[in-house]
Amino acid sequence: MVPMPHYLIVSALLFVIGAAGVILSRNLIIMFMSIEVMLNAANLAIIAFSRFLNLMDGHVFVFLIMAVAAAEAAVGLAIIITIYRNRNSINADRFNLMKW
Amino acid sequence: MMELIIFYFAAVAAVGGALMMILQRNPVASVLYLIVSLVALAVLFVQLNAIFVGALLIIVYAGAILVLFLFVIMLLNLRGEKFTEKRPRMDKATRLILAVVFFAELVIIIKEMAFPQRMNSLMVQASPDFGTVRPVAELLYTKYIYPFELTSILLLVAIVGAVVMARKDKSEKGGDS
Repeated sequence: MVPMPHYLIVSALLFVIGAAGVILSRNLIIMFMSIEVMLNAANLAIIAFSRFLNLMDGHVFVFLIMAVAAAEAAVGLAIIITIYRNRNSINADRFNLMKW
Repeated sequence: MMELIIFYFAAVAAVGGALMMILQRNPVASVLYLIVSLVALAVLFVQLNAIFVGALLIIVYAGAILVLFLFVIMLLNLRGEKFTEKRPRMDKATRLILAVVFFAELVIIIKEMAFPQRMNSLMVQASPDFGTVRPVAELLYTKYIYPFELTSILLLVAIVGAVVMARKDKSEKGGDS
């Protein structure tokens, strides 16, 4: 039997890697995938707590998070395609139109 | 014992896959590493008795979302794009603060979680149908029926939004609307 904190540590590591990916990467697509990693880190924590508390409600939350992630991926990739069409690049450093 | 071995194998694959994903230059390799990470995560889900959600993770992520990513990467044709600019993204102070905050976050979490007596807090024995399709679906269609139905509206909005945003602008070619 694996103690529950192990899962939470894996979840924390995944979340920090995802956050670092969003901040460090210049490629919009890799930034986007890092967001997916962060969402899944949260999913892992929810599933671990759900198992620990012996309640299945967490599984429903994860289901809903996955639906949101799918919607977000579809809209986000459409935005990336539009940006690429207009600026011919997906390098995040080159989009500074709204930079203060 | 066997469970621990599987856990460590899957955990290393999940974290390592995610790490390799953000270190890759080539976005296609990056997507493939993300698939490794997600499959390992699905193993962890199944180990936590979340069989239905684990299967869903593979079907929805590896089957749909990452294929979408691959399509977009191949559509964009990024061969000539360079992401290695010498100029750093942030100034030194910001980088230092971010590094300290992230490291502190990790240390705090691991210290809190890895406390010896709490480390051994085992989970209660799950009922045999915990996390299978029927109980999750019963919960989804009774207690959480409104969030579930709202999700369908969200997906509809996402479909329409994606199509509207990604289609070619007609006004450029002289047509109206």
